[in-house]
Amino acid sequence: MVKMHTARDGARHTVPARPRRGLRDLAYDPTTRGIVLQVLLVLALLALGAEIVSNALTNLEKQNIASGFGFLERTAGFDISQTLIDYANTSSYGRAFWVGLLNTLLVAGLGILISTVIGFVIGMARLSSNWLIARLAGVYVEILRNIPPLLMLFAIYFAVLKSLPLPRDSLTLPLSSYLNVRGLTIPKPIWLDGIGIVVAALVASVIAALALKGWAARRRAATGHGFPAVGIGLALVAAAPAIAWVMTGFPVAFDMPQMGRFNVTGGLTLLPEFVALLVGLSLYTAAFIAEIVRAGIAGVAKGQKEAAAALGLSRRQAMRLVVVPQAMRIIIPPLTNQYLNLTKNSSLAVAIGYPDLVHVFAGTVLNQTSQAIEVIAITMAVYLLLSVVTSLLMNWFNARMALVER
Amino acid sequence: MKSILTTGLAAIVLAAVTAGPVLAQGTLQKVKDRGQLVCGVNTGIAGFSAPDDKGNWSGLDVDLCRAVAAAIFKDPAKVKFVPLTAKERFTALQSGEIDVLSRNTTWTMSRDTSAGMNFAGINYYDGQGFMVNKALGVKSAKELSGASICVQTGTTTELNVADYFRQQGMTYKPVVIEKLPETLAAYNAGRCDVFTSDASQLYATRLTLGSPADHIVLPEVISKEPLGPAVRQGDAQWGNIVRWVLFALINAEEFAITQENVDKMKDSTNPEVKRLLGSEGDFGKGVGLDSDWAYQAIKAVGNYGESFERNVGQGSRLKISRGQNALWRDGGLQYAPPIR
Repeated sequence: MVKMHTARDGARHTVPARPRRGLRDLAYDPTTRGIVLQVLLVLALLALGAEIVSNALTNLEKQNIASGFGFLERTAGFDISQTLIDYANTSSYGRAFWVGLLNTLLVAGLGILISTVIGFVIGMARLSSNWLIARLAGVYVEILRNIPPLLMLFAIYFAVLKSLPLPRDSLTLPLSSYLNVRGLTIPKPIWLDGIGIVVAALVASVIAALALKGWAARRRAATGHGFPAVGIGLALVAAAPAIAWVMTGFPVAFDMPQMGRFNVTGGLTLLPEFVALLVGLSLYTAAFIAEIVRAGIAGVAKGQKEAAAALGLSRRQAMRLVVVPQAMRIIIPPLTNQYLNLTKNSSLAVAIGYPDLVHVFAGTVLNQTSQAIEVIAITMAVYLLLSVVTSLLMNWFNARMALVER
Repeated sequence: MKSILTTGLAAIVLAAVTAGPVLAQGTLQKVKDRGQLVCGVNTGIAGFSAPDDKGNWSGLDVDLCRAVAAAIFKDPAKVKFVPLTAKERFTALQSGEIDVLSRNTTWTMSRDTSAGMNFAGINYYDGQGFMVNKALGVKSAKELSGASICVQTGTTTELNVADYFRQQGMTYKPVVIEKLPETLAAYNAGRCDVFTSDASQLYATRLTLGSPADHIVLPEVISKEPLGPAVRQGDAQWGNIVRWVLFALINAEEFAITQENVDKMKDSTNPEVKRLLGSEGDFGKGVGLDSDWAYQAIKAVGNYGESFERNVGQGSRLKISRGQNALWRDGGLQYAPPIR
């Protein structure tokens, strides 16, 4: 960023300001010329885009293929195995789109969290002074990043299916939960009146704990006096919702799973497809994140560690206070790429039957409506939007972590 | 995922750029210039379209493509087979990637009218059924409430199941997977109680399971699934070729013309046989082909009955009986208009 500024400023300075400029001068003015060329280019691109759209529309009409987005209102007529919002086969295609999108977001969001945790652990382990740990981490990275993700999903999915018992021989777990090849079924909480108060208490206590921590840090910086903010904060977060819980009279009921003729009915089921996809994506992406973390830590100058040791910091403190904060600056930009990859790879769900956006929308909906252009355009726009949002968030995070230049 | 996006992109680009020229020049001329027919088939379903270990395709749907190629080029080998998944197939046809879609595709109104294609006929009358493991002790589809059902995505099957269960007031849990092998593997692993598809597919896939005798196909047939070849809309001549090649094969069975006796039958005294085989009249002209078009088609794959028995009937491992697919005079539904 810094370099670009100087370059642009430099360019501006090279244009000598003249009192009167004719048309001829204007034509040779680099700034004007640049603007004119760019405007022309944008216009040409727009014209090309309009041409493609109108040509496609004409040809679709000629071939008698339906077009337009009216299909989103029509009844879908198919069922989806995992729905985070209310959905039935009488819902519309538009509703099916949201179901698919939420499923994608769920698996991508959780995948990002899990792969980051595993990636950081493995990345640090690769730098461990313990020979065995470092080698094991190395083996993990080399194996997992060299297997195509689709193959890994198949392997995990069928390994999961093969190792779980059939519904008749379901494993009975505590709390009336059942585990079988159809998934893990747990009692489904049904929230009653008053749950809002509990949630509000939780949110308020978290905010209060964070504020407390901030105040304690500022006081420590100003006066040097410590304050047990972490302990008190945790106690606050635990106590406030619990009190609200008791006072509102436990506002929750449970839909208990029961053995039915074919399978466990009722309850909340964690599908094996979801677990396979989540585990597969997380393990795969973690291998890349581990390498990024290792590179980031290795990229911090050795002198930093030595200086930290000279100041009397323990190895742990040196890592936490000196090395990792500097390493993060190297780690975050490539980390963004991995998050984007994971989100996009989640579309492999279609192969193992997890109802993500591509499966539900670019699969079943496309096939029922035959409107490939509209459906694919919407799907691509959604992935683009997801990528842009992820990038923006990570850029903001990166800016926060970046070296503050004074 | 990759493939669907690629197909989608290809569709956009092709629809935008080349659809005009494709329509301007007839499909027949295009096929002739290219020197081969490009035919979209199933990625692999025994009896309908499946490659052997040497990459030679065979099956009922494949035979139709070969017959069309023979009618055009007098050589049944001039076909390129493009294996397509259920959800790629329509885009491939719309975009001009294939000339004819012969891939156990159900003829429905929306596909015939607003998906840019026309069906040329019915080469297999099918219906959707359910396959379950015998161990469940289920005797009827009406007992399936609460069952998990494995189904392949991108098929009419997916909608029929939803309709059927809604109509019967029963519930079910769908497990929808993109490709047949993985769908079957999930069924085999016990992920679902039921595998549902067109009855013909159930019989074909049952053979690929570990022990076929452990699985039964329930008696209920919950839908009409007329399967047939489809072509792009807007090229009537091409549609006529595919339609009449199919009719020629069915008529050939009616007149007992077989792959073996077709040469002898050319000298038949029956005027209907003579017209079909091109020794009288010139019916090939009407579809832009030589007068021996039907002779070539029959010579290549035999009549409809032969093709049926060889691929899915008694001559195959599937052993499907003719049933609805017998000629109308034998109590079936196969009936071809006369050539005159």
